[in-house]
Amino acid sequence: MKRILYSILLTVVTLEATAQVEHGSVLIKGGTLLTITKGTLENTDLLIRDGKIIQIGKNIAPPQGVKVVDATGMYVMPGIIDAHSHAGLDAINEATSPVTAEVFTGDAINPFQVELYRALGGGVTTIHAMHGSANAIGGQCETIKLRYGVKDPDGLRMEGAPRTIKFALGENPTRVHGGGNNIVPRTRMGVEFVIREAFSKAKEYMEAWDRYNKSKGQKGFRGAPPVYDLRLETLADVLKGNIIVHCHSYRADEIFMLLKVCQDFGVKKVVLQHVNEGFKVAPELAKFGAMASVFADWWAYKFEVYYSTAYNAAILTKNGVTTSINSDDGELMRHLYHEAAKTQKYGALSDDEALSLITLNPAKQLGIDGRVGSLEIGKEADVAIFKGHPLSTYTIPMITIVDGIIRFDREKDPDDMRIYIDPNLPLEETTAADTHTNDVENCLQNAEEAFNYMFDHN
Amino acid sequence: MHNLKINFKKAISAIGCLMFAITVSAQSPKGEYGSFALTNATIETVTKGTIQNGTVVISNGKITAVGTDVAVPQGAKVVDCRGLWIYPGMIDGGTQLGLSEVGSDVRTRDFNEVGDVIPQMKALSAVNPNSVLIPVTRISGVTTVLSLPEGDLIPGTAGLINLYGYTPEQMYAGFEGVVLTFPNTGRKGFFDKRTDDEIKKAAEKSLKRLNEVWDMAVQYYKLDSATGSKGVSYYPEMQALLPVVKGDRSLMIKVNASKDIQAALKWVAEKKVRKVIFSGVVEGWRVAGEIAKAKIPVVAGPVLGLPTRDYDRYDKAYANPGIMMKAGVKVALCTGGTENVRNLPYHAAFAAAYGMGKEEALRSVTIVPAEIFGVADKLGSIEVGKNATMLISDGDPFETKTNIKYVFIDGWKVPMVSRQTELYEEFLKREPGVSKN
Repeated sequence: MKRILYSILLTVVTLEATAQVEHGSVLIKGGTLLTITKGTLENTDLLIRDGKIIQIGKNIAPPQGVKVVDATGMYVMPGIIDAHSHAGLDAINEATSPVTAEVFTGDAINPFQVELYRALGGGVTTIHAMHGSANAIGGQCETIKLRYGVKDPDGLRMEGAPRTIKFALGENPTRVHGGGNNIVPRTRMGVEFVIREAFSKAKEYMEAWDRYNKSKGQKGFRGAPPVYDLRLETLADVLKGNIIVHCHSYRADEIFMLLKVCQDFGVKKVVLQHVNEGFKVAPELAKFGAMASVFADWWAYKFEVYYSTAYNAAILTKNGVTTSINSDDGELMRHLYHEAAKTQKYGALSDDEALSLITLNPAKQLGIDGRVGSLEIGKEADVAIFKGHPLSTYTIPMITIVDGIIRFDREKDPDDMRIYIDPNLPLEETTAADTHTNDVENCLQNAEEAFNYMFDHN
Repeated sequence: MHNLKINFKKAISAIGCLMFAITVSAQSPKGEYGSFALTNATIETVTKGTIQNGTVVISNGKITAVGTDVAVPQGAKVVDCRGLWIYPGMIDGGTQLGLSEVGSDVRTRDFNEVGDVIPQMKALSAVNPNSVLIPVTRISGVTTVLSLPEGDLIPGTAGLINLYGYTPEQMYAGFEGVVLTFPNTGRKGFFDKRTDDEIKKAAEKSLKRLNEVWDMAVQYYKLDSATGSKGVSYYPEMQALLPVVKGDRSLMIKVNASKDIQAALKWVAEKKVRKVIFSGVVEGWRVAGEIAKAKIPVVAGPVLGLPTRDYDRYDKAYANPGIMMKAGVKVALCTGGTENVRNLPYHAAFAAAYGMGKEEALRSVTIVPAEIFGVADKLGSIEVGKNATMLISDGDPFETKTNIKYVFIDGWKVPMVSRQTELYEEFLKREPGVSKN
């Protein structure tokens, strides 16, 4: 009896834990499907059941109780994936040391940010909520789905998505640490050293544990376990290939440096972020098998991006590098379809190539391409519906679906979409800047010392 | 045999010359000037409709003929524009182009001089004609921009420039305006940690200072006119404000929050400022009727922006220009940018899609800013007598798929290269690749 009760309790607890993710069922009728992997299908229906795409075809009859969305004359594409974002986070930079592999942005998820809804308004369904770029080795990042409306932070996590970690090269870590704190790294030489040193220590740590684990069962073994260290534990997981490295980088030399370091330590899963000069070492990136996540056209906001070109994504793509276009910004995030479209001006990419930059390719970079990133049977039902082709500048995102649930509906949603209203917030608060907008990376948010330093001493 | 050798040598030297010529033209392409006939084009005149299969003749920097029944003048270079469109060059009404090179590097930023009231600081003096950012911008069809100083209350005088020329004088497009940053009751961004009370006090103090300055400028004007300019001594701030008080020069008021816009409307009315342009105006949609009533034109943007308040609809920045336009406000657009002023057509496209409509959006980056800046006799449309400043594209210039094929600025056929296109040429198929030897 006790056992039965216990198992019931266990079931309830398990249900409680998995019930956080809601799944929906929708039939999308008559749209033009941009599948990414299987071409363009005109006047085709797409059936979603319990959060999964289960059927694609003509004249699918609506099963009972399934909501029908009429997409006649509209375009249906996989939900957009942003491989570089800081949205949905209450903290971005643990800027206290050049290496902070132990921290995790997943501990700072804020489901109430209206920024998440605004991204849905741009057809985005999944984002890589990253640590900032203050440190050579920053914290681990969380891949989240934009289930806006869910109040439990855990409910936003994309369960089972591979672990990722942020690295950063160049001006940001050297300014924060060498410039701000007078410790290594102050130069790109120092950045390389910091990473090599961290990897070397992690390797020793890993080997010490391996030795201990191997010998602890042996008769007569009297040794003590090595001291547990979450930082080194995390880095050991990087060396073992359990965590994908996402490295903020700009200049060709530092990109090449990182590839060499990773090669020396056997780290194979590498995605370069921003990587404005990736096009200069595209053959090297392709040979390594490293991927690249870039801006469509941001440049000149700092010196290390002065020698950039908007043709970066096209050059990388044509050299065989799996490339995505990211936002790193709450505003840009809302029109990633337009950013992807710019690769048609800068390098004449095809529609499928351009759309892959914001769907399948970022999915590959986050290790979730088996689940999202294209319209295929069996994949998770993350879908964006547009009035007008999504690569046209006149397009308007109309409906965004996450796990089969409509999370954005332009025609039906009210103007004010806040979930949580701060009673202390003044009604008239306006964040209208009187300064001009400049494209600035948001990677240094929360590194306030560093930020002030940059403003005061630049 | 002997002859053959000579021929061989000649051939080699000819090839050498050719290669030299190619190298030279790749490294320093020059603009072309003279007479041009752009034939067989679809001409979007903006002010006089669309002309199918028409010709535009350019001579001595001006448009000398437009239409279907136009003879190609003798000696004119013919540019066959079959399948192409001709549009007036696009005008960005609010940028820092030429005044800033690398955003984070203060040594390359020349738009923010020291001092709270410094109208005598002229953007035109600091515009760098050789900025790498300029060719990047103009080959996207943005031919003319207003460059604004920025900073405290009155940070300087903005200048309208055409994006081709080797001195600011060659670039000057005929408009200057004194910039006023209207006292701001809003927060500047996430880094603005002031309390509400501090913001309020700062805005009040700033308005008090503005009133003092304006009253002084009026006094200065009275003294100046009473004495035929003889009774006033060197006073650069007041001298720079004098044409504004007289109504000869526009006051460009940078203002965004709706309350601030209302305060600015009140201030302009009280002080009877004669020529006023509002700039930024991101919350203009909240008070569009009031702006329209005051008949103050606006340069709105950036369009690709976030709503200013958490409770506002997600697309308000996109919709803002259209809402104001429909309320009767004269609306031109701006990017507010520096290195990506090239995206002006896309700001216009978003404004078009979210309510402004394509036709009005096109006007808002061509003839409307030309009118607002008082240069509509020279810019903003394809008409005889205007400056030959235009773009030739293979489609709608607001679409990303479209390529801009040629750009003319003041009659100069601009080389269609920038550092960004040069890097593309060099690195698309890099040599050597992975192996050097």
